Amino acid sequence: MRLIALGAALAVGCAAACAAQAQDSAKEIQRYRQMIAEGSPAELFELEGEALWKKAQGPKNVSLEKCDLGRGAGVLKGAYARLPRYFKDADRVMDLETRLLYCMTTLQGRSREEATKRVFGTADQPSEMESLSAYIAAQSRGTKLDPGISHPKEKESYELGRALYFHRAGAWDFSCASCHGEEGKRIRMQDLPVLYKPASARPIIATWPAYRVSTSQFVTLQWRMNDCYRQMRTPEPNFGSETTVALIHFLTATAKGETYKGPGSKR
Amino acid sequence: MKVFALLLALMVALPAAAEPTPAEVQKIMQRDFHPRGQATMERLAQDGVQRVCTETRDRPPAEVTKALEADQMKTITYPQGSLMGDWKRGETIAQSGRGLTWNDKAGEAGGGSCYNCHELSPQEFSHGTIGPSLRGFGKTRGAGADLQRYVYGKIYNAKAYNLCSQMPRLGLSGTLTPEQIKDLVALLLDPASPVNQ
Ligand code: HEC
Ligand code: HEC
Repeated sequence: MRLIALGAALAVGCAAACAAQAQDSAKEIQRYRQMIAEGSPAELFELEGEALWKKAQGPKNVSLEKCDLGRGAGVLKGAYARLPRYFKDADRVMDLETRLLYCMTTLQGRSREEATKRVFGTADQPSEMESLSAYIAAQSRGTKLDPGISHPKEKESYELGRALYFHRAGAWDFSCASCHGEEGKRIRMQDLPVLYKPASARPIIATWPAYRVSTSQFVTLQWRMNDCYRQMRTPEPNFGSETTVALIHFLTATAKGETYKGPGSKR
Repeated sequence: MKVFALLLALMVALPAAAEPTPAEVQKIMQRDFHPRGQATMERLAQDGVQRVCTETRDRPPAEVTKALEADQMKTITYPQGSLMGDWKRGETIAQSGRGLTWNDKAGEAGGGSCYNCHELSPQEFSHGTIGPSLRGFGKTRGAGADLQRYVYGKIYNAKAYNLCSQMPRLGLSGTLTPEQIKDLVALLLDPASPVNQ
């Protein structure tokens, strides 16, 4: 995060030379506050994501700019709206974050362990994945959601996602449908969309990933799956696992055809 | 045994769908999850109730339902003496949504998450609607020994009364202690409880 980097530079204890930087930092903070006031904080994450996309990193010291998100190396326009889908090179179905991780390990030569050390950020410090997701998803604004559903592995993933949606497990016997199974239900004051039905899934899925106002965080669908499983009192799903990708795939396929409007904002 | 045969017949009767079976899904989850905090991997192993409710999308045949509800009923143990605790403590327990997640501390008192799903006290506007409103529960249903036993049992193991209920088995799962459940019985049934005003 540029803001944090600036903050860190200040903290390192520079004197006069840093006056200009301090002014920059104050301006940056001002800009941040203004964006939040204007209700478009997602834009800030998009900017950060762009910088990270272009930043040379890892043992190979290269950027992600040659990463193929399904439309060819480096093509971002409309790429997010066509995920999840099957990737021949990896021989599996991938969502955006799983694909980014693949590029981090193959292109940049980073270890899976290092690249997934901090996949979900905090209000103060968003994760690299989150900022990248904001930037890349934004390049699909106005594109219809069109995940892959024809390759045998895509069909398999969709079917697994559907089965997972109705699969009861965990200490409280929940399935996704326990909470997202009937129209008009709420947990406390939070509406619970019936995500296996297109009419409910379409407007919801078309705004993810999103800025979450209640926690001042930018969050992705991998995070959402993780946090719903936490509420289900199961152990923790692995980031980018077949399970989480299959669920995201099932939800996105259910929302197919909806025009992507994100990154949005959530409660 | 009869129940088992019925279940088998049910499974065989299903068309050869591409959708994986619950057993296959469980295997995949066991590969794709890791333990964290108190949330251990054993929690992914479906018990009979979870399996049957998954298999039938919460609509098991009547005979299976009857047999498995009877099994669940046997899990309920009632404490000695009165089942009516303190409704004030009960209100706090009903408000709390803590317990058994990977970021709750093991051994720390859990809550019932009741307000997540039910309307109870009229003072609390922020309540969910997954379960029916319990406002005025004692006033309309009575507060006698039978009702106390029913409410205690329902909170301890909701599946004994409705096999594929969306309500967790809060006593059986170790979320709530018998003392806490007694306090919740009072919240629902005590004439002085805000639920019954
Ligand atoms: C115990 C209830 C519960 C269960 C079970 C549950 N969720 Fe959720 N889910 C919620 C709540 C509550 C929210 C809204 C949170 C908020 O508004 O901050 C939510 C939100 C979501 C959203 C975002 C909705 C939006 O408005 O953008 C998605 C997607 C989702 N859940 C998917 C799932 C999936 C998939 C599963 C199963 C793996 C699942 N949920 C299981 C309670 C649950
Ligand atoms: C995840 C949602 C959920 C939670 C949490 C939950 N319940 Fe329920 N509850 C339900 C549903 C759904 C029903 C209706 C179906 C049934 O009877 O099982 C229900 C039914 C009941 C009933 C039976 C109502 C009747 O008319 O006989 C009682 C009593 C009850 N709940 C009490 C509680 C209490 C007390 C708590 C907190 C300890 C609680 N519930 C937590 C979902 C929930």
